Amino acid sequence: MMTAPADQTAPLLEIEDLSVAFRTERGLVRAVDGANLTLRAGETLALVGESGSGKSVTALSILGLLGDNARVERGRILFEGEDLLRLDRRALRGIRGHRISMIFQEPMSSLNPVLTIGRQVAEPIRLHQGRSWPEALDQAAELLARVAIPDPRERLAQYPHHFSGGMRQRVMIAMALACQPRLIIADEPTTALDVTVQAQILELLKTLTRETGAALLLITHDLGVVARYAERVAVMYAGRIVESASARALYGTPRHPYTEGLMASVPSLTGEPRARLLTISGQPPDLADLPPGCAFAPRCPHVHELCRGTVPALQPATGTSDRDHRSACHGYP
Amino acid sequence: MATREREPTMNDAPLLEVTDLSVHFPVTEGVVRQRTIGAVRAVDGVSFTLRRGETFSLVGESGCGKSTTAMAVLRMQPLTGGRIVFDGTDITTLTPAAMRPFRRRIQMVYQDPYGSLNPRMTVRDIIGEPLVVHGLAGDRKTYAARVAELMELVGLLPAMAGRYPHEFSGGQRQRIGIARALALDPDLVVCDEAVSALDVSIQAQVLNLLMDLQQRLGLTYLFISHDLSVVRHLSDRIGVMYLGRIVEVATRDDLFGAPQHPYTRALLDAVPIPSPEREAERPHRVIPGEVPSARNPPPGCPFHPRCPHALPQCRTDAPALSARPDGRLVACHL
Repeated sequence: MMTAPADQTAPLLEIEDLSVAFRTERGLVRAVDGANLTLRAGETLALVGESGSGKSVTALSILGLLGDNARVERGRILFEGEDLLRLDRRALRGIRGHRISMIFQEPMSSLNPVLTIGRQVAEPIRLHQGRSWPEALDQAAELLARVAIPDPRERLAQYPHHFSGGMRQRVMIAMALACQPRLIIADEPTTALDVTVQAQILELLKTLTRETGAALLLITHDLGVVARYAERVAVMYAGRIVESASARALYGTPRHPYTEGLMASVPSLTGEPRARLLTISGQPPDLADLPPGCAFAPRCPHVHELCRGTVPALQPATGTSDRDHRSACHGYP
Repeated sequence: MATREREPTMNDAPLLEVTDLSVHFPVTEGVVRQRTIGAVRAVDGVSFTLRRGETFSLVGESGCGKSTTAMAVLRMQPLTGGRIVFDGTDITTLTPAAMRPFRRRIQMVYQDPYGSLNPRMTVRDIIGEPLVVHGLAGDRKTYAARVAELMELVGLLPAMAGRYPHEFSGGQRQRIGIARALALDPDLVVCDEAVSALDVSIQAQVLNLLMDLQQRLGLTYLFISHDLSVVRHLSDRIGVMYLGRIVEVATRDDLFGAPQHPYTRALLDAVPIPSPEREAERPHRVIPGEVPSARNPPPGCPFHPRCPHALPQCRTDAPALSARPDGRLVACHL
């Protein structure tokens, strides 16, 4: 299933000025507000943020999987040059699970408990590649072997409850790989797993994306996982992308106070034990009641007048080794 | 009652001594006539000691028995075997009435700041409830003053005492849980995954608070967590658990500087460091397999099926936790 080395320059996915709003009891809540994101072929991009920052909603909008109460207000999602937001359901189904596939956080709730694993892994192969069931099942067994599930033939006849959490996530990865996708979106794929199993799954994802040349959009809140696996990083806060850069530049020379705050507040295996952790004061904002101007302004240690009135645009940053480093901050031009 | 500011103690006797603790859950078969057909050895011969004023952490992956151990120490979980000595008194078999004065001195902070607070009680009554239960509430004025003192202690505004939990964020709720645990001025606070449900920026605030409170009040913490970075940040000594047993006990610097047990090493290798440079230099060693079921633990050393250095002996004999020259305890034949 090897493919030609990926073209490292052409953007595979370009999200431009995406805004998504939800109708709620408390009025319209804008979960994503003017997000811009570029992902090149074969690249691993981490989308980082805390709960409610809009990272999962961004991922779901790529696949057209938003609920009925959500509306894309504006923007474009170009995948291989085609705007996914303009496609009808049928055309989108042709892409979903085929050229773009998704791995969710909860492998138990994303597998159907009453269907065998074989049926679930073989289904996308049958649908998207027009194979017969026996052919698709053969291919499913190969896929299970590829994600290092022992005795794949026997495992095909079993149900999800026969699998451990880590093994279920391997099944999800096998399904995601079924149709040789160009883009895999993994939304907190290891958050529900123990740390030794997390390492296995992430190493597996890394190997497989390398082998197939698929790009990976990795959604996570774990800055350690980002440092180990991502080439580029975009940081989200209150629905906006506040900084994006190569992983090295982002960790080495963060150019947004929120990113700096996040880095300083994580205890790590290499930090000073028992030292006071620097914290970000206050709480994440209420999306239904965002302040005018920069959403981070009420918590920002460097806030000034401009920040409270004008939303800063995502602009090229200075003082960084990465030419594509961008930050949305009035204080860090 | 007021919060004591303890002097650094000269008392060298341990605050808590747990010896050979076991908690087994029966596995039954049949609906009408239930027969016991086996046991889940959730905790299987765990021993450790807590010194006064220190933070001792139990760390391990899900199902290793760390939370069950904590519940057993609080006598909230019947023991199958073993002994718990708190401040010189054997509390293993105390009756509920005799246990009461010790309950005041051992308190707990729970993981879930959403599930552990009664949504129909005001924050004042949530924090003050332990005082009422133990008959220490006093008159209205004393009660309100004590609750206000506790709220200030954990960084909440006393003016918010009349509000309900849903009006607070996750981090604030965890502060409420901490204030309630401190209401009876305990000696030992058991924190079961106390910061695991919080976002990183809020987690740091709560970790700082826990460290401040320990210093101010001379608290001893038994900290239960799966997060090695958090454990390293907070702990003086650490016990690593695997499948119901402690496999290594060491000081923070020994454990993280030179882990001895192959499972401890595997755990540390698996934790990513938030630095792309360091990650690029580090070998990414991954151990195979997953934690086996505690109902059917492997014979011999419970870790041997995943251990990269397993010897024939490891498949048959379970290694005992024994002292190494540097003072740490390791359960490994190597």
